[in-house]
Amino acid sequence: MTTPVAETPRLPRPTEELDQVVIRFSGDSGDGMQITGSQFTNTSAVLGNDLATFPDFPAEIRAPTGTTFGVSGFQLNFSSKPVFTPGDQPDVLVAMNPAALKVNLADLKVGGLLIVNKDAFANSSNLERAGYNANPIESGALSAYHTVSIDISQQTERALEGSGLSFKEVSRAKNFWTLGLLYYLYHRPLELTLKFIDEKFVGVPEIAEANRKVLKAGYMYGEVSELFHETYTVKPATLKPGTYRNITGNQATAWGAIAASRFSGLPLFFGSYPITPASDVLHELSKYKNFGVTTFQAEDEIAAVCAAIGASFTGAFAVTSTSGPGVALKSEAINLGVSVELPLVIIDVQRGGPSTGLPTKTEQADLLQAMFGRNGDSPVAIVAPATPSDCFDMFIEASRIALKYMVPTFFLSDGYLANGSEPWHVPSASDYEKFEVSFQKETEGFHPFRRDPDTLARNWAIPGTPGLEHRIGGLEKDFGSGNISYDPMNHEKMVHVRQAKVDRIAADLKPLEVFGSPQGGKLLIVGWGSTYGAIRAATQNAREQGKDVSHVHIRHLNPLPRDLGDILRRYERVMIPEMNMGQLVMMIRAKYLIDARSYSKVQGKPFKVSEIMSRIDHELADLGSK
Amino acid sequence: MVTIPKPTNLLTKKDFQTDQEVRWCPGCGDYAILAAVQKFMPTLGIPKEKIVFVSGIGCSSRFPYYMNTYGFHTIHGRAPAVATGVKLANPELSVWMVSGDGDALSIGGNHILHLMRRNVDIKVMMFNNRIYGLTKGQYSPTSELGKKTKSTPMGTVDHPLNPISFALGAEASFVARSVDVEAKHLESVLEKAAQHKGTAFIEILQNCNVFNDGAWDTITDKATKADTVLRLEHGKPMLFGKDLKKGIKMGGLNRLTPEIVEIGVNGSVEDVLVHDQNDNGLAFLISRLERPNFPMPIGIFKSVERPTYETGVHAQINAARAKRGAGDIDAMLRSGETWTVA
Repeated sequence: MTTPVAETPRLPRPTEELDQVVIRFSGDSGDGMQITGSQFTNTSAVLGNDLATFPDFPAEIRAPTGTTFGVSGFQLNFSSKPVFTPGDQPDVLVAMNPAALKVNLADLKVGGLLIVNKDAFANSSNLERAGYNANPIESGALSAYHTVSIDISQQTERALEGSGLSFKEVSRAKNFWTLGLLYYLYHRPLELTLKFIDEKFVGVPEIAEANRKVLKAGYMYGEVSELFHETYTVKPATLKPGTYRNITGNQATAWGAIAASRFSGLPLFFGSYPITPASDVLHELSKYKNFGVTTFQAEDEIAAVCAAIGASFTGAFAVTSTSGPGVALKSEAINLGVSVELPLVIIDVQRGGPSTGLPTKTEQADLLQAMFGRNGDSPVAIVAPATPSDCFDMFIEASRIALKYMVPTFFLSDGYLANGSEPWHVPSASDYEKFEVSFQKETEGFHPFRRDPDTLARNWAIPGTPGLEHRIGGLEKDFGSGNISYDPMNHEKMVHVRQAKVDRIAADLKPLEVFGSPQGGKLLIVGWGSTYGAIRAATQNAREQGKDVSHVHIRHLNPLPRDLGDILRRYERVMIPEMNMGQLVMMIRAKYLIDARSYSKVQGKPFKVSEIMSRIDHELADLGSK
Repeated sequence: MVTIPKPTNLLTKKDFQTDQEVRWCPGCGDYAILAAVQKFMPTLGIPKEKIVFVSGIGCSSRFPYYMNTYGFHTIHGRAPAVATGVKLANPELSVWMVSGDGDALSIGGNHILHLMRRNVDIKVMMFNNRIYGLTKGQYSPTSELGKKTKSTPMGTVDHPLNPISFALGAEASFVARSVDVEAKHLESVLEKAAQHKGTAFIEILQNCNVFNDGAWDTITDKATKADTVLRLEHGKPMLFGKDLKKGIKMGGLNRLTPEIVEIGVNGSVEDVLVHDQNDNGLAFLISRLERPNFPMPIGIFKSVERPTYETGVHAQINAARAKRGAGDIDAMLRSGETWTVA
């Protein structure tokens, strides 16, 4: 546990206590804004703040310097109160260059703190590339904000005078200078970041030393300069006692896979092909070979899922990960999994589509692809986590379903969950129910498609088991023997059995929790996936204002929970915000024949709390006028 | 009742037959290959529950249904990837893959390339009939240039692929060719393939008597095959023809162009190339020998040892285990920065 201590005595300067601060760091994609943001996050997390983050970066690794499309941002919301989202509007904007200012200024609160690196604005071509005719720092264009203009580049250079580092290396260190300054302003300790620098730059001691130096220099600058009249504190949030850590969705997903492997007693086989924003799951899992994890980076998306299916046939716990374009490629193999009824979890970290779309931006537009994107009647199970840490629990749930029902199961994460982070009350392995798998051993009466009468799952006999040699494939199978069958009535029966098996998963689901007025009322917001935070915060705010609105969040998309229909009918209106054109709405309307309303946003960005709140007002007004 | 598996040395051809009616066209070359494989399998001494046949889509890919082992009839072109998953999940299994010229070289070209590159210990039998049979007679990637088929009434305009050259280019560690009707030769090649540790690629020339009958006639016809087939044997000169009176020697400007010599007429046995299955360059060179200018080589082109993929993968897992233990979920969840709220 780290304690917040500054290394030098602070000048007497007033300190204001705030409940909540939203900071956005922005700069060129090579400026290290993601590191800066995640360091501030980790430090704030350890201080006990509740928080949520939103990294937002371009698809290009190093877009041309100084251009608006090369701007990378990292927003975090840290608070002494419960936090549901990374915040609608930053209170503080850090802009390392004109392009970053251009892209982000409109989001900054009027009167908010704006910290700019004025050295980057002295360069006219920088201004030009960002689309400024005149230097906005001097033109008065920033008068609506509390603008603090600092020569960050020069300060960094001065701190590293005589270091022997190249201009480029010196220039790269300026993000740590900025971080140091912000640490001073918000009373954050330097220790965690100093430790991070030591570990990250272990092979390059001169770079490590430079970064340590400028971090402290930035901090000291805040201390001695006259630019800031006060500093701020944000007290720890009141959280349930226990051990906490900060976690991103992709890390929680990978850890969920490792845990599920242990809980099932099967070794994890992970077949994957790199794709944004899912690759971090592959990176993370490849570190855990000692848990018996096999990671296979295949030649393509198809081979990744096919190898997973081969491993599943052989008795491993098989997982594949991808994003929407990869799901399209994997569809035929997933359908083989449906037909041969082998367990498989497919991680889809959704991103903006169609086609290559918006690789680094978030969207929820693969729901119908997961539901229906295969030939024939081909039911799969689908679950979706609601927050970054929920990825852990929901991955375990996806695994349990896949293994118990012998069915491919989609895990629909998205870019916002994948890269976003939040503090997580770390669970213990013993909190979870185990679901140990037993393979078929008994030869008497065996055939590969003999089913459990309750779950309808077929028995799983794996190569190496004497006497159970059998053949399976994508051709239709006879219900009674598992042999190839083209019989019309048998086919109809098998189509229905595969559907019935998926439908029966609903018997395992706990009753849904309705936030607000579970007994019914005017407006019910139904959400799924990463919209949870914005919907819950908006619903809470609206209820505090006396509005009759409730929220139910669906984590099982197929089959849908059995109590959902009754819940929906208790409200005068159902509204479903989605980062797509209304995919869950389509499913809900079709299944329950209710007039659910869609609230669609497809901008590659998550919903703001304020957007949902306006929509609540709109729906309530519409109801009132009827 | 639990059936007790028979001691493996008592397995017979019959043990590897299934109760499924074989559904290839009467007269198909696949029957001969199936019979040869079923006859050969007991000689491996591997219990049949430890054998897995994986296939893709096509006539040849029905093969697993007729082998009384574990079997997986997968999707078009993807058998190499599925088989890789099988072998990685349980390296103790004997994994065999059955494919055709369309399945392996057209839709599945990418996967088989990477299978061979990685050297996963899988035995690949690729039946080459130079035609698409199951879709009823379109040309394949190995069909000869100009071939008239249902989809090419004016003849093909795309150059065919040489499967052996392709396998060598993909770094396969074992590359061989045999013929459906040469049961003895086929069994001897299968035996060497089974003994090989790594990917073994076997092209089996196979007759489709319905859509491409006679594709390999000059090679299988008793009257001509002495002159049209070159039987490769490691360490032996590349002689062919009646009474082995012909041979392959190197000629041309750089002594890198194969030529046919007639022993005692325009050359001697000393001039003839000696086959060396460890020589990748030589293997590629002779893979280019094609009808009608040269005899078709059959036998083992290349057989070299290099580490297998699954061995490498499991060695890393074992090394990680030895270094860090079997792993603890609670410790993992608490690794890195954590803090405590009292």
